[in-house]
Amino acid sequence: MEGQLKRGLLDICVLAAIKSKDSYGYKMIKDMKPYIELSESTLYTILKRLENAGMLTVRITEHDGRLRKYYHITEAGLRRIEDFKAEWKEVISIYQYVMKEDCHE
Amino acid sequence: MNKEEFLTELQNGLSGLPQEDIAERLSFYSEMIDDRIEEGYSESEAVAGIGSVDQIVSQTVAEVPFAKLVKEKITPKRQPQAWEIVLIVLGFPLWFPLLIAAGAVLLSFYLVIWSLILSLWAVEVSLWASALGGAVAGVVYFVHGDGLPGIAMLGAVLFCAGLSIFLFFGCAAASKGILFLTKKVACSMKTKLVKKETAK
Repeated sequence: MEGQLKRGLLDICVLAAIKSKDSYGYKMIKDMKPYIELSESTLYTILKRLENAGMLTVRITEHDGRLRKYYHITEAGLRRIEDFKAEWKEVISIYQYVMKEDCHE
Repeated sequence: MNKEEFLTELQNGLSGLPQEDIAERLSFYSEMIDDRIEEGYSESEAVAGIGSVDQIVSQTVAEVPFAKLVKEKITPKRQPQAWEIVLIVLGFPLWFPLLIAAGAVLLSFYLVIWSLILSLWAVEVSLWASALGGAVAGVVYFVHGDGLPGIAMLGAVLFCAGLSIFLFFGCAAASKGILFLTKKVACSMKTKLVKKETAK
């Protein structure tokens, strides 16, 4: 998958990973692994983008004598997930249209 | 490679970025490695799991805006000395026109390439126009009962149309190639800005 659509989907994926409970980088990658393989550098970019957009906040806590960053979803982040669910219906109908066109060929 | 080596290499690779950006990225990857080790991986396995430094650097470079890199590059790391400021001000009549000239040369070079492409497209359009005009003329000849010139005209029409179809692929490929090259050059310029100058 390429470009804008993938970027948007990855954002939602990361938001979903912290939706119910705050999480940290490595755990998010592990949680998403069965569904989508995400590299560390990609995750960093997405987290940064979501933080700048105000969809998540970062909290640094001490863990085992070192620092660990926990990510917390904001109201705006939760809204983004809800918007996505609504938008997805549109995507499905576009998909069905594309598939229908294929059958007619 | 152990964690220390990985982070040092990454730091060198990203040294063209602003300091706080580098520090934040380093702490992110450091945490990732520590979390892997905590899960039972050995240090070298944990580092290997992150991926290669080159890959991270090139992905980072592609994402950071060009303007940010240039700004970081031209912002002096220390306060300029008084004599340096005097030199810059006095030298303004010299370096400013030179800078503009260099920029203009680069720009004109790029424009020349595009005008070549543009002229190719112009040929393509004129071929189509001649084919169209020829077809109309051919029909007129036939209507007036001039069979031979009409057939000659139709031949010319076919020739022009055929050539223009060939040329179309050439034009499209050339345009695509130049766009690709532009992207490549921009990317390599960014990489040059980010990589540490080892010669210094």
